[in-house]
Amino acid sequence: MLLDVRNVVKRFPGSDQPVTVLDGVSMSVAAGETVALTGESGSGKSTLLHIIGGLEPCDEGAVIFEGTDLTGLDDAGRASVRRSNISVVFQQFNLIPSLTIEQNLTFQAQLAGVQASADDLAQSLGLQGQLRKYPEELSGGQQQRVAIGRALAAAPKLVLADEPTGNLDETTGSAVFELLVAQARDRATGLLIATHSERLAGLADRRLHLSHGRLTG
Amino acid sequence: MTWAVIRALLSHWRRRPFQLVTLLLGLSLATGLWSGVQAINAEARKSYGEAADILGGGGLTELVRQDGAPILPQTFVAIRRGGWLVSPVVDGWIEADRGRVRVLGVDPFSMPAGTPAAMAIAPQDLTTMLGRNGVLMADPVTATRLTGLGERLQTGEGIAPGLLLADIEAAAELVGQVGYDRLLLDPKQPLRQTPLNEIAPELQRRAPETAEDLGRLTDSFHLNLTAFGLLSFAVGLFIVNGSVGLAFEQRRPVFRTLRALGVTARRLVWLLTLELLAIALVAGVIGIFMGYLIAAALLPDVAATLRGLYGASVDGALTLSPLWWLSGIAIACLGTALAAASGLIRVARMPLLAPAKPRAWAMATGSAMRWQLALAGHSLVVALIGFAFGELIGGFILLGGFLIAAALALPSVLAVLIVAVARLAKGPVATWFWADTRQQLPGLSLALMALLLALSANIGVGTMVASFRTTFTGWLDQRLVSDLYVTLENTADTPALMAFLETRSEAVLPIWHVDAEVLGGPAEIYGVVDHPIYSENWPLLAANPDVWEQIAVGEGALINEQLSRREGLAPGDPLLLPGGWETTVTGVYSDYGNPIGQVVIPLPVLIDRYPQADKTDFGVLVDGDTEPLKRALSEDFGLPVENLVDQAALKAFSLSIFERTFAVTGALNILTLAVAGIAILTSLLTLASMRLPQLAPVWALGITRKTLGRIELIRAVVLAGFTFVLAVPVGLGLAWVLLAIINVEAFGWRLPMHLFPRDWLWLAVLSLAAAGLASLWPARQLAKRPPADLMRVFTHER
Repeated sequence: MLLDVRNVVKRFPGSDQPVTVLDGVSMSVAAGETVALTGESGSGKSTLLHIIGGLEPCDEGAVIFEGTDLTGLDDAGRASVRRSNISVVFQQFNLIPSLTIEQNLTFQAQLAGVQASADDLAQSLGLQGQLRKYPEELSGGQQQRVAIGRALAAAPKLVLADEPTGNLDETTGSAVFELLVAQARDRATGLLIATHSERLAGLADRRLHLSHGRLTG
Repeated sequence: MTWAVIRALLSHWRRRPFQLVTLLLGLSLATGLWSGVQAINAEARKSYGEAADILGGGGLTELVRQDGAPILPQTFVAIRRGGWLVSPVVDGWIEADRGRVRVLGVDPFSMPAGTPAAMAIAPQDLTTMLGRNGVLMADPVTATRLTGLGERLQTGEGIAPGLLLADIEAAAELVGQVGYDRLLLDPKQPLRQTPLNEIAPELQRRAPETAEDLGRLTDSFHLNLTAFGLLSFAVGLFIVNGSVGLAFEQRRPVFRTLRALGVTARRLVWLLTLELLAIALVAGVIGIFMGYLIAAALLPDVAATLRGLYGASVDGALTLSPLWWLSGIAIACLGTALAAASGLIRVARMPLLAPAKPRAWAMATGSAMRWQLALAGHSLVVALIGFAFGELIGGFILLGGFLIAAALALPSVLAVLIVAVARLAKGPVATWFWADTRQQLPGLSLALMALLLALSANIGVGTMVASFRTTFTGWLDQRLVSDLYVTLENTADTPALMAFLETRSEAVLPIWHVDAEVLGGPAEIYGVVDHPIYSENWPLLAANPDVWEQIAVGEGALINEQLSRREGLAPGDPLLLPGGWETTVTGVYSDYGNPIGQVVIPLPVLIDRYPQADKTDFGVLVDGDTEPLKRALSEDFGLPVENLVDQAALKAFSLSIFERTFAVTGALNILTLAVAGIAILTSLLTLASMRLPQLAPVWALGITRKTLGRIELIRAVVLAGFTFVLAVPVGLGLAWVLLAIINVEAFGWRLPMHLFPRDWLWLAVLSLAAAGLASLWPARQLAKRPPADLMRVFTHER
């Protein structure tokens, strides 16, 4: 198993008592598998993805990635995993505004020490002719394509996508979602994708539903 | 990987070159002003060090007469015969171009080996230097000021600026003195000697004179310069802090992305530190060049100031030591570290998923206002402690505490002021304007604090200088009583001059004097004749009712304010004078610009007690135009024209020295104001990029972009205006501290404070213009902003 999440609990401080956002979540993702994670706003989808990506610590449980418990790693260890093996695609794109599209596309690959061709990525993502531009010159859909390209360029084993279409209109969102799933499958990359949309979730190999911090399906 | 991260970090500056320029400019200016002032101080101190070393015999104990009179040659011979290894020194002054030159006469044969004076004399010069007509040595710059010494004068290395080194006999002749000022005690003495108090009981041992003596005297001036340098440095750092803080906040999404992509927090902080170090190095080098230019431009004026105020000789040329370069770079790095520390700490502690809030960052200082106010209170307490402590250092603590308290309290005071004015606002736009202005206050507070400091310094120092000028001019009118001042070439010509002037003038007033040591300090003793011109004009601060009657009958002595304050003397007190005789202080007079003590005694007493006095100067009272008499003295009596100076020329000369003295302060004032102007510009530009969410709704409600731009300009001018109004009392407080505390402690005289509202008006116009100019660009940018940019605020695409 590529990813094995075991009884993860996460609490945030509340006004009276801590609020449990994830309440003993266990799940797994196999290599090359696409898993959709659905749930209402505030159900804990983003928090779960952040914990898997080592962006946030959990209070209890374990996140086993290729046999290694990520929760036991220090900041440098978790950063190393994110650099080479787990990429994250955010809802807000999070491109580096001062770098060109070409530089953004190859950025994570450079961090991971992987050779990547910006031209090839642009070709596969439909971003031809955009390489010299800056993020602010692109539409939201185009920016999210760049973010997907950046995540895949480092050839990670798992991509975590947190509501990647949340900032896009429905048509653009669908196109981007399909592109992400297709690209992940082409590269045999595991994909855990959080989404509101039941329709888009149907494109995944498997669906999980999170409700009030617990997996229900 | 590191390179990719560096490129991502640096790309921010490529996209925002103006921000980089601002940062470099702020840091360079801060470094430049600081380094410039330090270079000037270092150069001056080096000169004092050289002078004190060579004058003080390199740290040897000296023998001097208790009454300050010269040591007679026979006493010297007796001491040598008593087995003591001593070497005589003659120490006096001669007139030269651009002031006086100190003459140091040494005995090359008995001078203890290893002393700077002995080392300054090359072996081949030993024989040519000997005797009354021997060679005289000076450094190349000083030599150009000594025009009347002919071929005897030679230049040499290792001689302090402003010093003429000569054989003891030649020196005695040049300064017109019989005997020696002191005897240097060789540290290696024979085992058996006759006790000194048996040979010469009138002599006493004196600890070696060091650079500290002159250093102490000039400390206040250098402290003043340093304070200005520090003020400019602090104002520059305000800019750096603002730029670095904003750059960090703007890049927060980048930091977050980098961290999400696998860059560790430690690596990020290290790379940011590296980036800051690179910026500090570049700005440091630029700053050092700026500092060099500032120092080179100001040093001649500083040298003139030090010569005029303290009689200290400073070489007017600038030499740079590697240490200066290194300290310049170090101060740039230190400044960057100070200004960026809070930003770096925030990045290090930043939660990985923290969103960027540049606007919140700019406004965050709002919550710090209460802290600032509390700190202002503490600074005020420190200032009061300084005031209670007294002395020069206490004065500077009072000054620093007061200024810091005023700057820290400014945002809160402005906020209160704006709320009060807002109550008077009528109409929606005016109401919005004041509310929005109050909201902008935290973002602009650093720049406004910088402006307050610069304006207060301008008003304070300006008031001090103008008060000084007014008092000085009035004092010159009183003090320069004679219409014409005549200097004889030779004392022997005195009777002939008196006879020549008898029918051609109303009165001849000898201005004869002797340089001496009074109560352990350097002083001048002048003789005055009994003439009503003195009693009518002499600027007395305190006196016995019959002061001039006593002078007329040959009794009593007037002393200057410096000597009075130094020794705590007042009318009626006894005064021990060189030669071991005592008289009574009958009056104290103001004597601005004189670094040393002065005593005025009846002329017959001076002639009787000090036959060696310089008797070449005369004041002449003339009925009407002085020109015919000047011509007659030049053509018929044969005096060189340069020996005849009329009152107007002397006043003009004195005032020109005065103006030059304060040229440095004026230049630093303007530079500090310029730095504050740049701080306003950078703050406004910084805020402009974050202002759209506030401005877009107002624009949507029907206020045109042009009007919005105009309002932005008005806001900057209004805030600068308020700051100016608050700077006036702060500046006047500063002036009072300078005049009533610092000046008295540093120079020994107190000046009355005069107010110059016209100068403030000019400064107000200047500061409003600076604020207006600084806001012109951001306002124009806003007026020209495409509507699409404003629309984006509503579509949440920003």
